Amino acid sequence: MLSSIRTLWLTFLHLFHRSETVEYPEQMPYLAPRYRGRIVLSRDPDGAERCVSCYLCAVACPVSCISLQKTEDAGRWYPAYFRINFSRCIFCGFCEEACPTYAIQLTPDFEMSEYERHNLVYEKEDLLISGTGKYPEYSFYNVSGLAIPGKDKGEAEHERPPVDPRTLLP
Amino acid sequence: MNLLLFGLLNIIGILLALVIGAALLTWIERRLLGFWQDRRGPNRVGPFGSLQVVADMIKILFKQDWIPPFADRYVFVLAPAVVMVAGLLGFAVIPVTPSIGIAGNWNIGVLFFLAMASLSVYSVVLAGWASNSKYSLLGGMRAAAQMVTYEVFMGLSLIGVVMLSGSFNLTDIVRAQRNIWFIIPQFIGFIVFLMAGIAETHRLPFDLPEGENELGAGFHTEYSGMKFGMFFIGEYIGILLTAAMITVLFFGGWEGPFLPPILWFMLKLSVFVIFFILLRAALPRPRYDQLMSYGWKVLLPLSLLNVVITGAVMLASGPAG
Repeated sequence: MLSSIRTLWLTFLHLFHRSETVEYPEQMPYLAPRYRGRIVLSRDPDGAERCVSCYLCAVACPVSCISLQKTEDAGRWYPAYFRINFSRCIFCGFCEEACPTYAIQLTPDFEMSEYERHNLVYEKEDLLISGTGKYPEYSFYNVSGLAIPGKDKGEAEHERPPVDPRTLLP
Repeated sequence: MNLLLFGLLNIIGILLALVIGAALLTWIERRLLGFWQDRRGPNRVGPFGSLQVVADMIKILFKQDWIPPFADRYVFVLAPAVVMVAGLLGFAVIPVTPSIGIAGNWNIGVLFFLAMASLSVYSVVLAGWASNSKYSLLGGMRAAAQMVTYEVFMGLSLIGVVMLSGSFNLTDIVRAQRNIWFIIPQFIGFIVFLMAGIAETHRLPFDLPEGENELGAGFHTEYSGMKFGMFFIGEYIGILLTAAMITVLFFGGWEGPFLPPILWFMLKLSVFVIFFILLRAALPRPRYDQLMSYGWKVLLPLSLLNVVITGAVMLASGPAG
């Protein structure tokens, strides 16, 4: 009985506490840099697309909302199209984890409501951004040891020339 | 002719004030609950969110008025009307001020209030029964048992007040409190009446008939649209009615210095309404057997004791009766 009265009093005192509400449209909440919001495709520091269409994101996606098609151009792989259906996406971030080239990234932006559902299907030109996103220095072809036009094997950062397996010398 | 006009004005005024007040209470309750839970509550529509009521009304009026095919149609429709009618009729005997009030001077005011409070039980029971679904039936049965239990000493707790004032007439009861509010000599009666009043309006912490966690929504599980809205408004009218009765019976009704009588009445009324909402914000729901045993084993003996003590004191203090 006494504890009930005490509860009543303590609850009443909450009238004079500040409310915890963040009044959203007027007052934007702080979103951490690694917040899992709208998905983007980033570029490497040279301005080329990072995505190499390895399909790992599409495989990792638990709701199968990513669809893409590989194409090849001068030894490099590109996505011919890259489509994310955001009406399906659950923003789990598995695609970002799966991506070997840091191309696909989740950003702290969630304001992507639409009046028509098909507008939530984002194509490659909607997804591609001009910057590098969260990894400004990273360029996949500069560290992967692959040969692309203008850079042969072993010429990238932290790389040595490839070992010739036919010689006996080290 | 003039008298008739005045009477009509009185009736329409009180009716409108009640329905509008009950509707506004939905907003006030949500706002206050928000504050007590460190939130804001509805604050978007209109000044401070007060037009939320209008928005809710528009929404609920345009909902499909659906009657489940397995329900007993006529009783199903009748049930929500009963709670409204009983609540509004109960208000007829409340003397807001000496001049405002429909039948405040009636010589069986207290009895009429008790009768109307009992009548509103039918609404809940009929709703639970007519819905023909197990949650509703369980809710209705709980409501019936709870009401019957708390009805008993709701009446008994008022006997002390009636003994002291020597009248069933609510206006006389208010006049008898000119010197001292009945809460002081009738403190036990007040506590018991408060508990019974909360149980009668089935508000938290005594809202077992509609316990969301175990019964869906209890007796109004199958209701939607405006019929649900009627239950909702009926509940708020019940709160207003109980708060008004507490004001009249224990806190001197309109009596008070400086301010005009109507303001005093409103002030006291709103304190109790806010208290009801605070109860909802603060207290958990007891178990059903706890509720019943609390009623029969604590509150009933307490109210009987109150009657005995009041009688003894009156007998000892002088040739009153």
